Amino acid sequence: MLGDVKAAHSAAEEKLVAEFARARGSLPGAAPVGALRDAAFEAFKSAGLPTRRVEAWHYTDLRMAMRDALPVAPAPKADASLKQKLEKLAPRIADLETTRLVLVDGYFVAELSDVTPKGVTVTALSEALAKGDAAFVEALSAPGMGQGDAALALNTAFMQGGVIIDVAAGTHVAQPIEMIALSSEMSAHAVYARSLLRVGKGAQVTLIEREVSTASQIEQRNHALVVSVADEAQVEHVFVPAILKSASTYVASLLAILGAKASFNSFTLVQGGGLLRRQIHMRFDGEHAKGQLAGASVLRNKDHADTTLVVQHVAAHCQSREYFKTVLDGESTGIYQGKVIVAPGAQKTDGAMKSHAILLSDDATMNNKPELEIFADDVVCGHGATVAQLDEDQVFYAMARGLPKPVAESMLLEAFVDEATDRVESEPVRVYLTSLIGQWLSQRGAA
Amino acid sequence: MIEIRNLHAEIDGKKIINGLSLTVNDGEVAAIMGPNGSGKSTLSYVISGRAGYEVTGGEILLNGENILEMNAAERAAKGVFLAFQYPLEIPGVTTMTFLKACLNAQRKSRGEAELTTPDFMKRVKAGAEKLGVPQDMLRRALNVGFSGGEKKRMEVLQMSLLEPTFAILDETDSGLDIDALRIVSEGVNALRDPKRSFLVITHYQRLLDYIVPDTVHVMSKGQIVKTGAKELALELEANGYRDFVGEAA
Ligand SMILES: Nc1ncnc2c1ncn2[C@@H]1O[C@H](COP(=O)(O)OP(=O)(O)O)[C@@H](O)[C@H]1O
Ligand SMILES: [Mg+2]
Repeated sequence: MLGDVKAAHSAAEEKLVAEFARARGSLPGAAPVGALRDAAFEAFKSAGLPTRRVEAWHYTDLRMAMRDALPVAPAPKADASLKQKLEKLAPRIADLETTRLVLVDGYFVAELSDVTPKGVTVTALSEALAKGDAAFVEALSAPGMGQGDAALALNTAFMQGGVIIDVAAGTHVAQPIEMIALSSEMSAHAVYARSLLRVGKGAQVTLIEREVSTASQIEQRNHALVVSVADEAQVEHVFVPAILKSASTYVASLLAILGAKASFNSFTLVQGGGLLRRQIHMRFDGEHAKGQLAGASVLRNKDHADTTLVVQHVAAHCQSREYFKTVLDGESTGIYQGKVIVAPGAQKTDGAMKSHAILLSDDATMNNKPELEIFADDVVCGHGATVAQLDEDQVFYAMARGLPKPVAESMLLEAFVDEATDRVESEPVRVYLTSLIGQWLSQRGAA
Repeated sequence: MIEIRNLHAEIDGKKIINGLSLTVNDGEVAAIMGPNGSGKSTLSYVISGRAGYEVTGGEILLNGENILEMNAAERAAKGVFLAFQYPLEIPGVTTMTFLKACLNAQRKSRGEAELTTPDFMKRVKAGAEKLGVPQDMLRRALNVGFSGGEKKRMEVLQMSLLEPTFAILDETDSGLDIDALRIVSEGVNALRDPKRSFLVITHYQRLLDYIVPDTVHVMSKGQIVKTGAKELALELEANGYRDFVGEAA
């Protein structure tokens, strides 16, 4: 069997095998972590990089997209100038005080980060892995979620950077925590970051993940965030992945587990850049919890952005909302796959899923695939998906009132995307997201 | 002043305007009446620059300048305004935001300074009051969930703010009850000005009791088939279009 698989390995897969053998000894972690890595890598090796033949990857052929596998990024060298650059690369969000945690090539850099408030503990992944505490390793591996996903297995095998954020039970963290991920300007590399946000019972926190890429080369990123929301805890989460060079690949996984009466609200803004796969698994383990996954993707050129969600209602009386908007220009491809699974015991589940897209170009493609798998009889679940063009009559109406065409179109598109950004709780963050979308739109007008 | 000379226009290969000529002088209110399907709305779209219509002959001059090569926004900046027969709903954009963007876009393209927010607010509030448009409507998404009459009032409010030199009102009376008709007509009449001309498209004579026209044109099959003074409207009301429509055939 191994012989067969090996013969079929792509160049990138061969490289990954060699890279794992090379890097394995220097990747962080005590013995149980090493075993976890080895098992994950074996799982990857037998599955190979995902292709269209894997159902969950039907519209994204990562194996084809990855011609090569880049070496794992080494730990960044101490760079005093980074402190200044940071303010320029990731300017403060207006009207929002945050506690900043800075990661460079996935590695947590304490010297660049703010001191965390009372009740919040931050640990570099390497440090946490070195201790190898069993409960921690279990939480980090989010058992039962994303199983069989080869890209996630690669992340587990190679996880080299990341940060562990623990919020103590009952703590209401006033300032949002802002994770800023930078890339250093070294030669082409791969970043495998794995982070964990553990929110204790009744605690409240907002996490904003903001990424900036200054790399002049293509990048391969594989990022995973595990969010564990204990009973009655509330988590707001916003993710703004970096815009990578075309031909880059990026798999960004989010695994969220919700306890009873917990609430989790997550928003992702995708602004294109190579191939990006946003995959989210959310599971309701306790009753009366609320989870919302929302997002907006604005794509152009040959951007390929795949949003794939799996929502598992295990416990009864929970509410899930999925709400995504996509704007596609140029020759871009957008994918929305959402699957809501309601287990036999998950009675009184209330689920609603929507994905709406606007095509601005004849050469853009949107694939919309919402799915429900319901095994309980007393539930209310619905979904809707649309792909449309900008309404010409609306554009004409606005133009006839004096708005130049690009302005009229931008106004309508902004209104379209706003319906998704409106789901973000914090007003300054909403304004920030809207400004990024505005930048994207103004570049379109200029083209 | 607007001069339309021997205009021919079609959509999807279907000829709808067939050699139409019409002049509306500064300060003049011209009415166009005609049966359904005679091409009145099409004419309003061709004048205001809607994409998809092919002008196969003739010209449209606004104060001596041919506007046919301009897009809708450029024409609007030159002073063309169309009050739509069916105003569009713009979800997610508040009426206030929309009005401000339009006003400032037009000012910008004419090289004028943008209005300050207080100055803009003052104008909108004054205009809204005159037309009986409640303030809370200005904070709602434009035309979304507005009644037919509210939409028409909003069209006239936009017209009053944009101060066009040539305004087309396409069946602005449809969907209005008598009270609304009076308010809207007063709004239009208040804008009558020696430098501004109007083309009032209507189906019924009723509107012309309120907005009294200087001239009345009868349109049929994409042509003006009869022109007269305001009395012509009464004649049409009494006898129907039959007599005139025959002439075009
Ligand atoms: N987009 C279109 N494609 C084809 N025919 C059209 C289109 N729009 C209007 N027409 C036709 O053109 C004629 C004139 O329509 P319209 O200008 O709306 O008339 P009116 O406003 O006088 O009722 C009608 O026969 C109508 O069916
Ligand atoms: Mg009409």
